[in-house]
Amino acid sequence: MARTVLAIGTRKGCFLMESDGDRRAWSMRGPLCEGWPIYHAVFDQSDGTLYAAGASEWHGSAIWRSTDLGETWTHSSEGLAYEDGGKKLSKVSTLSAAHGRVLAGVEAPGIFQSTDRGDTWSLLTNLEGQPGSEEWDDPANQPPGHLGISGFQSDPDDADRFWAIVQGVGLFETTDSGTSWTPRNRGLRADWPRPHDEVGFCVHKVVRSRTDGNRMYQQNHVGMHRSDDAGLTWTEITDGLPTEFGFAAATHPHDRDTFFVIPLDPGHGRTMPDGKAAVWRTQDAGSSWQRIERGLPQQEAHLGVLRQGMVADTYDVPGYYFGTSTGQVFASADDGESWTEIASYLPAISSVDVAIVD
Amino acid sequence: MTTLHLPMTLLPLFPGLERRVDVEATTVDGAIDELDARWPGLRDRLCEPGPAIRPHIHVYINGERAELDAPLDSGARVDVIAAISGG
Repeated sequence: MARTVLAIGTRKGCFLMESDGDRRAWSMRGPLCEGWPIYHAVFDQSDGTLYAAGASEWHGSAIWRSTDLGETWTHSSEGLAYEDGGKKLSKVSTLSAAHGRVLAGVEAPGIFQSTDRGDTWSLLTNLEGQPGSEEWDDPANQPPGHLGISGFQSDPDDADRFWAIVQGVGLFETTDSGTSWTPRNRGLRADWPRPHDEVGFCVHKVVRSRTDGNRMYQQNHVGMHRSDDAGLTWTEITDGLPTEFGFAAATHPHDRDTFFVIPLDPGHGRTMPDGKAAVWRTQDAGSSWQRIERGLPQQEAHLGVLRQGMVADTYDVPGYYFGTSTGQVFASADDGESWTEIASYLPAISSVDVAIVD
Repeated sequence: MTTLHLPMTLLPLFPGLERRVDVEATTVDGAIDELDARWPGLRDRLCEPGPAIRPHIHVYINGERAELDAPLDSGARVDVIAAISGG
């Protein structure tokens, strides 16, 4: 029988939730990873290995690994540092595990990789020479509180091709495993001055259709965007959404035109508008949007969801999951039509990932 | 020989590590090297590139704050503290 497993990264450790293929009854284990703040926990979908990017205020950054669905863990940061006197690595912001390689996006911006399942790490690239890199490499702009690599998008068919988001700068694509990069921000909106034509965009989240690799969606600081050419150009599709701001996004696993997003108020609060929780869905690639609230709290629900906080599974009738900055996890087992609160009192949630294992 | 008193937060990260560990090193840096040789990766949990002791880890020799190059006398008490942080 299939097991559906959620990996939930929180401010106080990693938690795992488990159900069967029906996705109705859930059990929970945690806190794991010794309660370290976990910024992103991901599965390697090829073998079920779990990786969790943690940053202890006492003991620094490390990446935890479990090969038995969270029963036992090891951790390593061997090689996970900039050379002495260079940039400072304050935390690992995001992970991606695919094609036998684990990528770690860090702040200050850089990408480390491991080809031995997280035992050791090495710097893959600083994206040297890209427009904007002079600012993020400036020692005066070092973390904490400055920019980092905030997300990856891998290509299931090409190990050498992937996309990386540099916070506040934009989306970049490599087709040679990180040796060279190209900004992929044409058509995006920015409501602020930009020193470079091709960068200066605040890309929050990029997701790619499983059924059409050319179809991408992007939640930006100022708007929702769609690409039909794998990021070469972008078209804004914000019309119909309650705000242009948000972080979380998920694509339908079998329909390239269906896509989910959670709009947030763009001010300091960054929670769902009017204290009413809702997920918004398009089924026509962004031409129109539907507000979905069934099962979600509609009174005094000041919920925020971060960029890695929403994910879709791959069942025939897909399930969706999102975790909030106030510790709730909501799940839909009916293709997003209705939602159930499956966890209520977790620490602040940074990330949610899902795997279906035998 | 010097006895190190280690923070509790370190123990679950390294199987077999105990709260008190005896070392033969003559500096704080050397003591951390000894720990790292016995529990690979432990140096990274106490030090950052530089190298320097991590900002929220404090080392005291007989009650006096010490850095990596501080000498260790035989019989000294060395406390490694996870400083106030978190919340």
